Amino acid sequence: MKVQLRDPNTIMKLSRLGSFHQSKLSFLRSFLNEFKDWEYKRDLFDLDKFGHGEAVYSFKKNKRTYSLVCFANKIKDDERSDRVIATKWDAAFTLHDGVPSQKDIDRLKNEVPRQEVGRLSFKELTLSRANKSVRVFNHVVDRLSQGKQPDLELLSNVGYLYRTTAVYGSGKFGLADRFRIKNREEINGPFRLEMMLVYLVRQFTFDQVNHVAHHKNPSKSVVLDRKICKNLGIGNSTGLGMAPFIVNHPTLLNNWVMSREIALKKIREIKIVKKKDSDLFIDCLKKSLTNITSWNTDSEYQQIKIKNLLKDIKKFIHFVDNDFDFEDKYPFNQIYLWLEEKACEECIEYVVSIMMEPFNEITNPLVSQMSSEEDKYFTIPTNRTVKDLINIIEKKYSNILKINFEKKQNKQNFWFISKNKEEPRLADRFEEGGSELEQPLAIARDVKKLHKKLLDTKNNSNVAEFLSKNSELRHIVRRVFIVEKFPYSEIQDNTIGKNIMPIDMLRLKLSFFGALKFDPRSDKWLRICMFQGAPLPDELKNYDEQWVYRSSN
Amino acid sequence: MKSLSEIETTAKRASKAAGFSWGEAEEIGKCIRQLEMFGLPGIKHLNYYFNDKKKNTYENLSSINQLNSSSNPYCPIILGISFLDQLKTVENYEKIYISNIAYPIIFISFLSKSSEIIGKKINVKIDEKEILLNLNVNIYSNFLNVEFPKNSKNLEINFIENKDNFNENEWKSLYKLSENTFVEETDSLKKGAAGAGLTDND
Repeated sequence: MKVQLRDPNTIMKLSRLGSFHQSKLSFLRSFLNEFKDWEYKRDLFDLDKFGHGEAVYSFKKNKRTYSLVCFANKIKDDERSDRVIATKWDAAFTLHDGVPSQKDIDRLKNEVPRQEVGRLSFKELTLSRANKSVRVFNHVVDRLSQGKQPDLELLSNVGYLYRTTAVYGSGKFGLADRFRIKNREEINGPFRLEMMLVYLVRQFTFDQVNHVAHHKNPSKSVVLDRKICKNLGIGNSTGLGMAPFIVNHPTLLNNWVMSREIALKKIREIKIVKKKDSDLFIDCLKKSLTNITSWNTDSEYQQIKIKNLLKDIKKFIHFVDNDFDFEDKYPFNQIYLWLEEKACEECIEYVVSIMMEPFNEITNPLVSQMSSEEDKYFTIPTNRTVKDLINIIEKKYSNILKINFEKKQNKQNFWFISKNKEEPRLADRFEEGGSELEQPLAIARDVKKLHKKLLDTKNNSNVAEFLSKNSELRHIVRRVFIVEKFPYSEIQDNTIGKNIMPIDMLRLKLSFFGALKFDPRSDKWLRICMFQGAPLPDELKNYDEQWVYRSSN
Repeated sequence: MKSLSEIETTAKRASKAAGFSWGEAEEIGKCIRQLEMFGLPGIKHLNYYFNDKKKNTYENLSSINQLNSSSNPYCPIILGISFLDQLKTVENYEKIYISNIAYPIIFISFLSKSSEIIGKKINVKIDEKEILLNLNVNIYSNFLNVEFPKNSKNLEINFIENKDNFNENEWKSLYKLSENTFVEETDSLKKGAAGAGLTDND
């Protein structure tokens, strides 16, 4: 039986993309899988009794070393902010390519804590900063220094000791360009070095909290229990900076979503599922209920989604337990069809992710296909005809063409780059100034504009002729030829409408990172948790691959 | 040191601010990145051009012929983008002559990209100097240590057909030397080689 890939017109809608969940294809999980046999080491840990100072952690294999260089600083409570306008943080980090010399550390000490206004070199690969969850950090220090373990309920509600507020890579602020390292086998997957940084930062937070507690009361203090450590991750506050990324990297977006879609298709096409595989699926499904019930958010929008997810998952478990036989042919196809009919989008995508758990042979080869050589597809095939372009648009953007951009609510917003922080922002076109400097992120509107213009042009003229008279549409012509080859490269929705939920765009990207417990703080930013439940670095050689679903938080 | 990613992004945004469309600005970003990677003064000349553009008038050449001339200097960006777009046509010309181009190094970056797309080297003569564009893998020129001109009076483009850079005798001589790494086969070795013992007419 051949199953068709799912229709991009359904999957690439924002509400569906905003319902994606982490899976085996997610970057933090593929990072752990890749680096599980690397040698982990804490090379330097030079903190004062308050936890301020420097530390270096590394992963090493053969002649390659990656080192996380940490700088923990004293800041005042009123200086601590998760917003991008902050200029000081509790700790700042960079991932250095190789073993840093003392000279490197001295150089980095002057630059890394300054983040965006500092300058890094080609020897640094990623850059980040993080703030303490002061409430949790201080609580843990107090309890450990008294010889007690912390209150698990408090830890469970928050899920981390620190949260990062940005992780930069790929040439930002002087960091190494991607091309310098792209041929390294171990990083043949998107954002792998960003994941490494966050993972090692997590370990630093445990070491720091133990260190401070010890110095507070050397005779009585205990270290944080390993099981508790494992159930803590790293928080992250994410704003609109991520949203344009998925629009600006269409082939990369395609490769992420395409990998997920191919995995689903192959799983649905399995005729007979082995008992051990169906057992693993059911085990993950049932254990994952903890992930849902411990998913805390004040966001009404997300609370409704979680409520529906929980209701539908319970309904689905009841179906699997009582009305379903895994010995039937093509069981996962039957499951998928049931979900499409009976479950909400959040639940469909949740179960799709869990379906991948038993099938390494399907997911592992896909992991290496999730990067993209974007420049290969940059050149516009200008010898093609106007008729070709019209055909592609009518085939690939059929829903987009139905949107009426004459209506105010369909063009209510515009994307721009803030002068203060050089970060993307969204504003009301009719309330705020600056729409003349709009970023080219209104793809739906521009596709529609292009289509209209093409209909007024001779069908047999070529694209070069068309572009010589319509250069303002060049960016969108390029995209149309990309979507012809890459069906999941385009968000099939209006990114400037009145009702847009930008957090759907953030959620899509974060789900591929492997984030859990999306906690929207408004429609424009959210908090998440990464690596919660993940093995500690010294456990990597032999860890439970399904840790995501077996975490106790 | 600025990363190439920063160079591309800034060149793109500056180009949009200088009046080019987003699609054109994307092309400019890529080309300036490539020039800087080759160690050529892309950022410097783009700056010069954008400053001059406020005061001077430049000609947009959107349809390229074999002979192209203008009393006002040609805009190197529109010229470069038009060249890329019309590559399938212009590569049929044996030679292309363009007179009066502002900041020709910027145009060169588009020609370098063209060389990659058509899979042929391109030789460019700017007044007395020569540049060889090698499939966008490198740029070879005798401009080294000489400031690139802000304007080229005459620029000549020549597509080089794919052919060896050496003659047959030079090849044979080297090949003969390489044969010294081979071992002469004895009859017994030949008997055991692949296909031995079978009849090819079975």
